[in-house]
Amino acid sequence: MTDLTPVLSATWDAKESWTLDTYTDHGGYGALKKALGMAPGDLIQAVKDSGLRGRGGAGFPTGMKWGFLPPDDGGPRYLVVNADESEPGTCKDIPFMLSAPHNLIEGVAITSFAIGCNHAFIYLRGEVTHVYRRLLQAVREAYEAGHLGKDIHGSGFDLDVTVHAGAGAYICGEETALLDSLEGRRGQPRLKPPFPAVAGLYARPTVVNNVESVSSVPAIVERGVEWFTSMGTERSKGMGLFSLSGHVERPGQYEAPLGITLRELLEMAGGMRGGKKLKFWTPGGSSTPIFTDEHLDTPLDYESVGAAGSMLGTRALQIFDETTCVVRAVTRWTEFYKHESCGKCTPCREGTYWLTQILKRLEAGRGTEADIQQLLDTCDSILGRSFCALGDGATSSISSAIKYFREEFDAHVEGGCPFDHAASALFAYEPKAIEEAHA
Amino acid sequence: MTYTPETLAQLEADAADIVSRYPVKRSALLPLLHLVQSVDGYVSPDGIAFCAKTVELTSAEVSAVATFYTQYKRRPNGEYQVGVCTTALCAIMGGDEIWRQVSEKAGVGHDETTADGKITLERIECNAACDYAPVMMVNWEFFDNMTPDRALRVVDDILEGRDVKPTRGSHKVGTFKETERVLAGFEDGRANEDQGVGDPTLAGLKVAREQGWEEKR
Repeated sequence: MTDLTPVLSATWDAKESWTLDTYTDHGGYGALKKALGMAPGDLIQAVKDSGLRGRGGAGFPTGMKWGFLPPDDGGPRYLVVNADESEPGTCKDIPFMLSAPHNLIEGVAITSFAIGCNHAFIYLRGEVTHVYRRLLQAVREAYEAGHLGKDIHGSGFDLDVTVHAGAGAYICGEETALLDSLEGRRGQPRLKPPFPAVAGLYARPTVVNNVESVSSVPAIVERGVEWFTSMGTERSKGMGLFSLSGHVERPGQYEAPLGITLRELLEMAGGMRGGKKLKFWTPGGSSTPIFTDEHLDTPLDYESVGAAGSMLGTRALQIFDETTCVVRAVTRWTEFYKHESCGKCTPCREGTYWLTQILKRLEAGRGTEADIQQLLDTCDSILGRSFCALGDGATSSISSAIKYFREEFDAHVEGGCPFDHAASALFAYEPKAIEEAHA
Repeated sequence: MTYTPETLAQLEADAADIVSRYPVKRSALLPLLHLVQSVDGYVSPDGIAFCAKTVELTSAEVSAVATFYTQYKRRPNGEYQVGVCTTALCAIMGGDEIWRQVSEKAGVGHDETTADGKITLERIECNAACDYAPVMMVNWEFFDNMTPDRALRVVDDILEGRDVKPTRGSHKVGTFKETERVLAGFEDGRANEDQGVGDPTLAGLKVAREQGWEEKR
């Protein structure tokens, strides 16, 4: 049995956990003081040695990302925190920032010092009013306490932090789209290279890191590389937030070493709702191929999940029981990608549109056997053929669902959706009208 | 622009504050559009002209940005933006039925506003609260673990002019315009308001405490 390891979540149940006083009472900003006494290069090396990998989905080694910045040329370099959490199923950064905004700000200060940044940005999705309130207050408190601003704790290091609210666009979670959006443009991905490390915000060297990645840095600095590497697996080190949602008894945030399994997590979460059977789940959000009950014992680390045909992503475990129609779930995810496609690349923009048409036809019982092959062919035309990963992600649930549940797609062709949708809901209701099309 | 001198003076002062947060002026555009919505209740032609003047772009360039993002409204918005999540997980957990009943009750569909201007209804995409599904948002505050009854009560309260309270967040949902002012980056002194941390947020921590698990030092 793997133990849970609350580090980032350790103070969430403290009184007024979001305030500077509470954070400081729990040792907060101690790591910043320690870091300011270190050489920036040593900090980068420590994060490299820790094996910390990006917690925003891609899993790229964080220290390596920092190390890609070109040598200082005297001009500005930026840290931009990706707090645009919008991937369906992903719900870790929002409760984290609501409960412990200072942990993020301490991470921002340390990271900025390490990479030589004097102006950092936190790009928060716009649809979370109270999180923005908490971040704005936390930044102000941090300035007042001398953790931000000029000559931080006598170190000679200056740092300004701007918390910026987006305005509703999933694509802005893609790092180059985020940068365009932060520059006051439509949030559309850029062609890479150049990568942000070379030409990012305002075409200057920029590090873009996820909230959880940056927030893991203070603990690594304070407790050491060995402490961090004692958790996790060979190539997936440390702890991470696993977000369980869906048909489980106690959904929520479970902070555990990478490599824990769904079977273990489910046990802690009280099992499946009403003892029903697990049907399918996503290991890392809706952009990662679905898993089934065959994968209950797959270690949830980057390598094992990859070897089993999916991706660890954001550890967003959306769990569905036997009452759930997989075609319905896939249709809704696909509608999401259609809605959120930025429109820049033709395969993604047109492909998600046509995928949605076909899936809705299938779900409504008007599909044909050829439609299923058409779905796969259209996925083929999208995968790997756009600037960013949104289009790729749109195909994941479709191709994996057809792989595991082909017979269910066939059943839809033969007689429409065989499932009682009311059975999947958390409350009882009398089904009435046919569900209208998603906007 | 048809702003009164007082409104314009306030807008200019706020805009100067926003612009000062960024090394490059154009970065102020998204918060400026939120600011305009806090005054006009939508991205008005006046607001577009004001943003264009402030960041030295054409109004066409500002419109091109504004129309990309779903939170910027092109028609006067209701006092309360009510969003029902109907992305896969919430939809399956009951969001579809909540949407049906809420829409029936309010008498409007997606992206439509009630005749009294109280509610603009929206089918929203995932709002990062999946462990609280099914989820509804009112002016971007969390209404977690919704049922049709709870959702209808919220709608009723809004239509009857009563305050509504999120399940996590502030003590009372502000109006659309008040919310947009926060989203423009102006503190409203309500960050310490709290409805308690929800059970799902603390689920893992609770198990760890019960088991006596501490991360190794």
